[in-house]
Amino acid sequence: MTLSHDTLALIWFVLLGVLLVGYTILDGFDLGVGILHPLARGDRDRRVMLNSIGPLWDGNEVWLVTFGGALFAAFPNAYATLLSGFYVAIMLLLFALIFRAVSIEFRSKTEHPVWRRVWDFGFFASSLLAALLLGVAGGNVLLGMPLDERMVVRQTVLQQLSPYPLLVGALTAALFAMHGAIFLYLKTEGELQQRAERWIWHAFGVFLVLYILTTMFTLVEIPRAVAPFRENKWLWIVPLLNVLAVANIPRAMFKKRPAYAFVSSCATIAALATLFATALLPNLIPSALDASWSLTIYNARSSRDTLGIMLLIALIGMPFVLTYTAVIYWVFHGKVKLDRTSY
Amino acid sequence: MDVELLSRLQFAGTIMFHYLFPPLTIGLGLVMVVLEALWLRSGDRSWNQAARFWTRIFALNFALGVATGIVMEFEFGTNWAAYSRFVGDVFGSALAAEGIFAFFLESGFLAVLVFGWDRVGPRLHFFSSLMVWLGSMFSAVWIVVANSWQQTPAGYHVVENVVHGRAQLRAEITDFWAMVFNASSVDRLTHTLIGAMILGGFFAMSVSAFYLLKRRHELFARRCFTIGLVISAVFSVLALVTGHDQARQVARTQPAKLAAFEGHFRTGPADLYLFGWPDAAAGVVHGGLAVPGLLSFLVHDDTRQPVTGLDAFPADERPPVWLPFQAYHLMTGLGMFFIVLTLGTLPLLAGGRVFRMRRLLWIYVFAVFGPMVANQAGWVAAEVGRQPWVVYPSVQDGIAMPGLRTSDGLSEAVTAEQVLWSMIMFGLIYLLLGAVWIYVLDSKIRHGPDEHEPPPEPGERGFLHAAAAMAGGQRSLTETEAEGGT
Repeated sequence: MTLSHDTLALIWFVLLGVLLVGYTILDGFDLGVGILHPLARGDRDRRVMLNSIGPLWDGNEVWLVTFGGALFAAFPNAYATLLSGFYVAIMLLLFALIFRAVSIEFRSKTEHPVWRRVWDFGFFASSLLAALLLGVAGGNVLLGMPLDERMVVRQTVLQQLSPYPLLVGALTAALFAMHGAIFLYLKTEGELQQRAERWIWHAFGVFLVLYILTTMFTLVEIPRAVAPFRENKWLWIVPLLNVLAVANIPRAMFKKRPAYAFVSSCATIAALATLFATALLPNLIPSALDASWSLTIYNARSSRDTLGIMLLIALIGMPFVLTYTAVIYWVFHGKVKLDRTSY
Repeated sequence: MDVELLSRLQFAGTIMFHYLFPPLTIGLGLVMVVLEALWLRSGDRSWNQAARFWTRIFALNFALGVATGIVMEFEFGTNWAAYSRFVGDVFGSALAAEGIFAFFLESGFLAVLVFGWDRVGPRLHFFSSLMVWLGSMFSAVWIVVANSWQQTPAGYHVVENVVHGRAQLRAEITDFWAMVFNASSVDRLTHTLIGAMILGGFFAMSVSAFYLLKRRHELFARRCFTIGLVISAVFSVLALVTGHDQARQVARTQPAKLAAFEGHFRTGPADLYLFGWPDAAAGVVHGGLAVPGLLSFLVHDDTRQPVTGLDAFPADERPPVWLPFQAYHLMTGLGMFFIVLTLGTLPLLAGGRVFRMRRLLWIYVFAVFGPMVANQAGWVAAEVGRQPWVVYPSVQDGIAMPGLRTSDGLSEAVTAEQVLWSMIMFGLIYLLLGAVWIYVLDSKIRHGPDEHEPPPEPGERGFLHAAAAMAGGQRSLTETEAEGGT
């Protein structure tokens, strides 16, 4: 292979981005459905919502697992620093994901209303917590972390809950709620669908406010994140596409083209992730203590051989992955119908 | 409290809980594929019902395997950051290969397997079952390769990687295939998969024996019992063969570990203990019963040849003895029991005699715990016997490569309080998850194979047609047809 070590590191940065976008688009809507779940009226609607993601959520989480494995292999130093530095947050995320699986499976076992209310709350709370934590982690990374010269982050979880990460966490939750509402609109009919449409508008409103706030905060407080755009004018195309994708959501809903709106919200997620990645490059974890202590794609990477071998693995494997994913989603398209087999 | 001890306990607890599920899916996958193949060949709808029943059980175990597996993927980084930095280049690539080749294959075809019975043709459904089962074995391939590399590292060198002017030692791949086919990976993989098949067979027999005792679903139960018995008998014998090969390999590559397994403290001709109570401080095995010279014979084919003892290693390079000894003996003892039990039962299949032997059937109802314990015990022996190393030292092309001690693999940033907290949380949540598992498993077994649903139309239907018919009726992962969800 003739690719240089630097090129391979950059390719792996992009591939990790692809995995992260895949995860946030796919698990994003099922977490969003969880966040909206308490808004449903009556047991029937709650079941329709749960069953809209029934066959899909488990496969969606595989993207997160693969992202973890790929980060470990491609940038072991970043994997080690990030996961140990976010110890409590990662544990909470894992607990939320497990608790969520339990809630989905357990809810339908008995008809007792208290029983169902407890698991409904579990489903909602764990979905919201997972979305918030993903955003909080992203916000902390973009803000920069107290990363010392030994590549260690020493920070308590309370210090990680500062305003900016919390803002990004709320933005993520609102984005997922909107994404989930559009997904529900596609999967439901009648009154529930009408309610889903209202949720789309409300979630979009909240998302828009938080999106503007986050953008302002980033521009003012994190000059490092703005620098790449100053150096290379072409990069402005990323935020531009971002704004277009966001603007296209209400437009598509207004024109009663929900599938198009869903594509737009997928594009919004992809564009936000690209914006995040562009603002970060070449850093993986910027150090707030001393910029030279930052972990970059160059000092956190694996050896050239490993990156090359893994690229080969990815090139062989990815077409299969995309084919299964596409086929499964196509097989399970259409409106949710409850029968005696559902949750 | 000590971070190292807590982190080790947490890892042991989470991996052991996770490891309840993968062997079950791999083993039951075989039962499921066999039944579906029999249905395809015969066209008999009762085979179809049997295959559907096991698919439901399979899917439940699979879902729990995924939920607990996510934890493992991140725990290397959260609790073992220094280890992750040292091994990422080698271990991480095996893990990433697992994700890309195995996880997506499994989760993709799982949806067709569970929700696609009436939507896709029988052949495509069979293909999906086969793919999910293969996927579950591919997972085992990559994770056992990664683990075996820690035991008998190969195809790498340890180099200084300089970050911020500080040198960091780490292992880097020099030869991918030498890493994959290191000295122990093939032996350990086959033995691990065989252990899973034994469990699958015993699980099928346990449920079937229960139905036979309750006089329910008798045709189903007889057939599944027979299939389970054949699987368990064949693989129990194979486990002995591969176990023997593996022990000889451990004697060659990790002599300290074998010495711990056998409580062999002083180098010299070695006896084989059937049981005992090793005392590492005194260097003796109390109250043991040993066959003279048998260990030397098993390792060297000669009862008088010396076997390396723990005294050949400096005190700080010796593994603990009591736990590996007991876990290893528990596993081998159970393995012998499986052989005796299954081979003894095989002749009773003639004329269906076994199906009338109620006491034997009761033994089979509970015997499923045997392979579960044996699978766990084997790993406990393998992993505790690896201590004090997390990655063994080795010699590559005549150059000595340093190993990594478990105590040097920890996360600097993580405190004992944090680990204690997460352990308590894992304890509570896994208790809940375990309760869900037992509850759902129990209700599925009580429900039994479905006998009210008409089988799908014979003849092949196109996948596209099938997809078009999917306009509704989504089903959950574990809740499938005719289970009366409300």
